[in-house]
Amino acid sequence: MFSRNFAPFALLRFPSEMSQVKKGYIRPVDFKNGRVDMTHGGGGRAMAQLIDELFLAAFDNEWLRQMNDQAVFAVPRASGASGGRMVMATDSHVISPLFFPGGDIGSLSVHGTVNDVAMSGARPLFLAASFILEEGFPLADLKRIVESMARASQEARVPVITGDTKVVEQGNGDGVFITTTGVGVVPDGVEVSGDRARPGDKVLVSGTMGDHGVAIMSFRENLEFETSIRSDTAALHGLVASMVAAVPGIHCLRDPTRGGLAATLNEFARQSGVGIRIWERAVPVRPEVNAACEFLGLDPLYVANEGKLVAICAPEDAERLLDAMRAHPLGADAAIIGDVIEDPHQFVQMETSFGGSRVVDWLSGEQLPRIC
Amino acid sequence: MKYVDEFRDGELARRIAARLARAVEPGRRYNFMEFCGGHTHAISRYGVTDLLPQGVNMIHGPGCPVCVLPIGRIDNAIEIAGRPEVILCTYADTMRVPASERLSLMKAKARGADIRMVYSAADALRIARENPKREIVFFAIGFETTTPPTALAILEADREDLANFFVFCNHVLTPAAISNILESPQVRDIGTVPLDGFVGPAHVSCVIGSQPYEFFAEEYQKPVVIAGFEPLDVMQAVLMLVTQVNEGRAEVENEFTRAVTPEGNVRAKALVAEVFELRRSFEWRGLGEVPYSALRIKPRYGRFDAEARYGITYKSVPDNKACECGAILRGAKRPQDCKVFGTVCTPENPIGSCMVSSEGACAAYYTYGRFRDLEPDNRKSAKGAEDREGVSESEEPVSAQQPSRVS
Repeated sequence: MFSRNFAPFALLRFPSEMSQVKKGYIRPVDFKNGRVDMTHGGGGRAMAQLIDELFLAAFDNEWLRQMNDQAVFAVPRASGASGGRMVMATDSHVISPLFFPGGDIGSLSVHGTVNDVAMSGARPLFLAASFILEEGFPLADLKRIVESMARASQEARVPVITGDTKVVEQGNGDGVFITTTGVGVVPDGVEVSGDRARPGDKVLVSGTMGDHGVAIMSFRENLEFETSIRSDTAALHGLVASMVAAVPGIHCLRDPTRGGLAATLNEFARQSGVGIRIWERAVPVRPEVNAACEFLGLDPLYVANEGKLVAICAPEDAERLLDAMRAHPLGADAAIIGDVIEDPHQFVQMETSFGGSRVVDWLSGEQLPRIC
Repeated sequence: MKYVDEFRDGELARRIAARLARAVEPGRRYNFMEFCGGHTHAISRYGVTDLLPQGVNMIHGPGCPVCVLPIGRIDNAIEIAGRPEVILCTYADTMRVPASERLSLMKAKARGADIRMVYSAADALRIARENPKREIVFFAIGFETTTPPTALAILEADREDLANFFVFCNHVLTPAAISNILESPQVRDIGTVPLDGFVGPAHVSCVIGSQPYEFFAEEYQKPVVIAGFEPLDVMQAVLMLVTQVNEGRAEVENEFTRAVTPEGNVRAKALVAEVFELRRSFEWRGLGEVPYSALRIKPRYGRFDAEARYGITYKSVPDNKACECGAILRGAKRPQDCKVFGTVCTPENPIGSCMVSSEGACAAYYTYGRFRDLEPDNRKSAKGAEDREGVSESEEPVSAQQPSRVS
């Protein structure tokens, strides 16, 4: 549904490290009789469990175990040149509808991968794009998508330098699926990773939460409602560059796509072995997004973003980082939303605006609307 | 957000909390059941319990339509969805409810059944119009709030003479369930579920009015306050209940004056009466067979009844042995008292229905409240340690037990 590569979920350990009051047994994936269902792609625990028990187990290696949205690797030295570090990320895009307010699958497929590369603090260099087209798909739509992709890649200054095209018979695809892969270089001295959050650190977001998901849902079949909300899809590497310039020692960066802010914070908590406490009042959410979530029975904390990032840094760097973010057009609404605390249970907690507190848990399954 | 934020105002909440703290009599315990899952969800999501004084204990009731749906009815829905000509339209929460043979509607969908999530009965009707060659079955569940829209869809289908629209009716009634709880031995005789009053769901009363509750107040001497679903509504309702208990009153009061009237929505009630009639008995998860607690389609509209169309026979299926959903739905146990809570039974792999819907007591506690069990000097445990006079014949006042599995 919403794009997200699978590496970050590899950080989950089932069942031994499940953060819950009762340590217990989690039913393993039923590889004998089970079937893939929609929760396996929803960005919640079911997906994490599948990744952990299947993909991570099968591919297990030191790069995959970095458990970030991208993998950083040392470039093998060739003919005496200094190797340096590069980063690689990939992301498949199967969004429906293909065109939505604020973007389309083309621009999204560029931004998604550029962002995954950038969230290591890296400068994205190149992209590869792979298309799976369904027989009968209008060429006019394909042209529109590819041109939008080209525009996004030119604006980001990250060219698409190789690609692949396949066609499947009618009924075997949903119009067009796009997979993009990106590479970038990591500046010396930058060490961004989801496992670097420490108690006392501050948690920041670059802007309003939930815009993309609500814009998409407003266009989905059966869920049509009129809204002025547009997807926030954007390439964030420029913002990241200015953040890294201001605070080279940023601890964690991640774009809260599928599963929303809640999923990203839980990933950080798990990966770093810490708890996180946020203040509901401090989390920026557009009133229109709040209103749409209200009547759809959704929680903006779980709704996807495609042009926002979450950052964690040392407390003494927080104000400087916030200033750097706010000085960039894509970080104008940036805010400090909470801090990292010690918690062996690795809960993400929230102080509600109402004055109470609660857990902000992983999303279970897809975020299903409630009926009454 | 206008008309929403006003009812979630932290400053106002603190003021009501202060009034509540003054209102409760020292040493006295107040056990209130919020009937509806919507309240359970609001209480957990906004952390309302943090603002309630010691001595006030909220017990979660059975008012989550997904949670009370017995396994057998889900099996029936899966059976219907398995027919190649059928498109089954369902509310989203129902998708993950576990059925027999480790199935669910979600898994049936993965196996090829055409199951679609809809937001309303009207969406199902639209799908029926758009797919004249298929048979569209709306899996109708819910309390009084979702019943009028189903009635309207059937009347609309009748007017349009739609031959491919059917309703699998599982609508249930709030007052019948409350009676059942009040009549249960745990409440009447044993006292394991001490109940001093009810928070009634405002949306149900928008339809049926506040009158149906007069009987409970009168007959069982339990105050009822009909309340909205915003956290401030809940706080205000608790304050009103505490006041009634202190003054020895047992009346129906209306906190939700912004929409609830004594007689409710007369037109909606007429629609329901036109299309539906009482079932003699209906199985509820947790409560068992409850007489006259559900609706079925009247013979006059029988051609829209999926049960008749597909010759559906109901077969009762017992819950998983370890699952305590039944006791939890009756308020006799808390989620954390269940052996499988948070271990085998999680929102990803729900064993019981209370873990499925976000309005279920277990899901709400798992998702929002688990950390409370971790705090050793937890306020709730202090509460639990107090003895409740007056219910001494109870072996174990489960609802006020000390959290026993602090890890």
